[in-house]
Amino acid sequence: MKIHEYQAKQIFARYGLPIPRGIPAFSVDEAETAAKTLAHETGSPVVVVKAQIHAGGRGKGGGVKVAKGGAAEARELASKILGMQLVTHQTGPEGQKVRRLYIEQGLDIARELYLGAVIDRDRRRVAFMASTEGGVEIEKVAAETPEKILTVHVDPTVGLAGYQARELAFGLGLGKKETLGKFVKLLRQLYDVVMREDCSLCEINPLVVTRGNDVVALDAKINLDDNAEFRHPEWKDLEDRDEEDPVELEAKAAGLNYVSLDGNVGCLVNGAGLAMATMDIIKHFGAGHGVAPANFLDVGGGANQEQVTKAFKMILRSPKVKAIFVNIFGGIMKCDVIANGVVAAARELGLTVPLVVRLEGTNVELGRKILNESGLAIQAASTMADGAQKVVAAVGGGR
Amino acid sequence: MSVLVGKDTRLLVQGITGSAGAFHAKQMIEYGTQVVSGVTPGRAGETFEGKVPVFDTVAQAVKATGANASVIFVPPPGAADAILEAFDAGLALVTCITEGIPVGDMLAVRRVLEGLKGKTRLIGPNCPGVITPGACKIGIMPGHIHKAGHIGVVSRSGTLTYEAVGQLTALGIGQSTCIGIGGDPVGGMDFVDCLELFQADADTHGVILIGEIGGGAEERAARFIKEKMNKPVAAFIAGTTAPPGKRMGHAGAIIAGGKGTAAEKIKALEAAGARVAPTPSDMASTLATMMKK
Repeated sequence: MKIHEYQAKQIFARYGLPIPRGIPAFSVDEAETAAKTLAHETGSPVVVVKAQIHAGGRGKGGGVKVAKGGAAEARELASKILGMQLVTHQTGPEGQKVRRLYIEQGLDIARELYLGAVIDRDRRRVAFMASTEGGVEIEKVAAETPEKILTVHVDPTVGLAGYQARELAFGLGLGKKETLGKFVKLLRQLYDVVMREDCSLCEINPLVVTRGNDVVALDAKINLDDNAEFRHPEWKDLEDRDEEDPVELEAKAAGLNYVSLDGNVGCLVNGAGLAMATMDIIKHFGAGHGVAPANFLDVGGGANQEQVTKAFKMILRSPKVKAIFVNIFGGIMKCDVIANGVVAAARELGLTVPLVVRLEGTNVELGRKILNESGLAIQAASTMADGAQKVVAAVGGGR
Repeated sequence: MSVLVGKDTRLLVQGITGSAGAFHAKQMIEYGTQVVSGVTPGRAGETFEGKVPVFDTVAQAVKATGANASVIFVPPPGAADAILEAFDAGLALVTCITEGIPVGDMLAVRRVLEGLKGKTRLIGPNCPGVITPGACKIGIMPGHIHKAGHIGVVSRSGTLTYEAVGQLTALGIGQSTCIGIGGDPVGGMDFVDCLELFQADADTHGVILIGEIGGGAEERAARFIKEKMNKPVAAFIAGTTAPPGKRMGHAGAIIAGGKGTAAEKIKALEAAGARVAPTPSDMASTLATMMKK
């Protein structure tokens, strides 16, 4: 789960991490008031107006602007940014509409650094990564100048050790007494955020050193581990439904795994690996014919008939879907449950596009019987490849 | 012969009185697995299905029934703790089926596991389990699709494992042992651990390896195949068409920062001498072609 910068900073603040003063704003009026309040508190008219969307690269896309001339200028910038379709390298070409702003005090910046904490799945540890190349895309630094990224791995039984924090501090040129203690303290606080708040990613880019030698988190990005939702009831309030695909939200509420894609074949599959493989095989046979998957949908191992019906209805309702491929290898999931769910949904909404079904595994005979006797126009497939070729042909790709 | 589990495996089921635990315990017993005891804290003294004794703790169950392996069906909030309890009881093999364990919990479990220096092996979490056809089934896979034989299967995905097994059985090719290692970012045995066992097992003549996008486990497997294996390995990598940054069901299946793409993994495996199936429909036939040579 992704959250906004201002929400991440509110979490940082609870752990004592140094952040600039800032106020979230949901309207142009609120932005102006926030700028006035900040100017009053800091004694400086300089504020930064920052678009709050879940994607990174906001500055480059024109979503972060400095107002040097006080509240009136902040208001003008806010009116431009609020409501714009912000396009960044992470949003895709259509961009993301800006609905929230964060108004923040301007700082006198001496240096911009990078600091991030991630789960390193190859080492099975939390890894802290730091770089002197702050404020730019870290992926680019990693690809072009990997030696400029310093990494330490944390043993979960001891936590982030002092010597590890110092190693990063010296590597970043923060070893002087004005900054060393501040940076080490910040790292320890950040480790606490990662572990106690169940973050899968925690990134500060840039981490800045001010001319007064303060070390401050100028940006904050947190991804939360969805698996830990059960012990964080407070996450409900952090969710911003405007940032999510409405169909994906509907699926999540129904206990389904759904990801929207750009193609024209709706897929209903059990199991994440098989669902991915189904997308791959459609693309394999359909690539030259303009046929591609419209979605990733894993109904899971233990779905009941209602969930299957719901899943199938979601596919049926999508206007981009020109054919549907149901691919099931029943283990715990029984083929008759799938068949009943598909038939119920098709009867209710009407089946207006070709449907190809491949059933295998537990209760397969019963499942096939239910489909055969339903009177629906269903093309049965014997294997995944057969099914994929049939669905490609159905969209008009030929065999 | 086979790896990890066989006729001598004495299985303990953690969470045996829960709905998933009870359902699958019954299925495993029907398959012929020796299910010797169950554990649900607070339910000691009960018997499951009139024959399997239930205990409060894993240590008690092991002492009383001589269990040497456990399978875990405990829900996510208590699952990591259940794994640690199984480690502490000294079991040789722990298989965790539970899906949705926080990765922070698994970081601690993994650290403890490393301290055991191979005394205990962990399969999972978020996996279908492990099966030696005709001898022992631990987990949730449909037993009837398997056939005893000489091919090892190792996979990060559940249903895609069934797909591969179904293809093998349809071709009349049996399996020595099939291991579902799970789709989470931090877990127990990885591809290399399983390949080591298959390479050393005289009864395994070839291997199907099923990977997916995310992480570097397939690349490490490729290195092992190149340096240490002389048995044929056919592979498939799911997620060739997955868009970067999107989580495809499994928490582990995500391409982050341009790393962990299917193309990189396929290239590494092919360079190591494994053959990668062009589509998921060709996993068994790809291996069969290699075996004939």
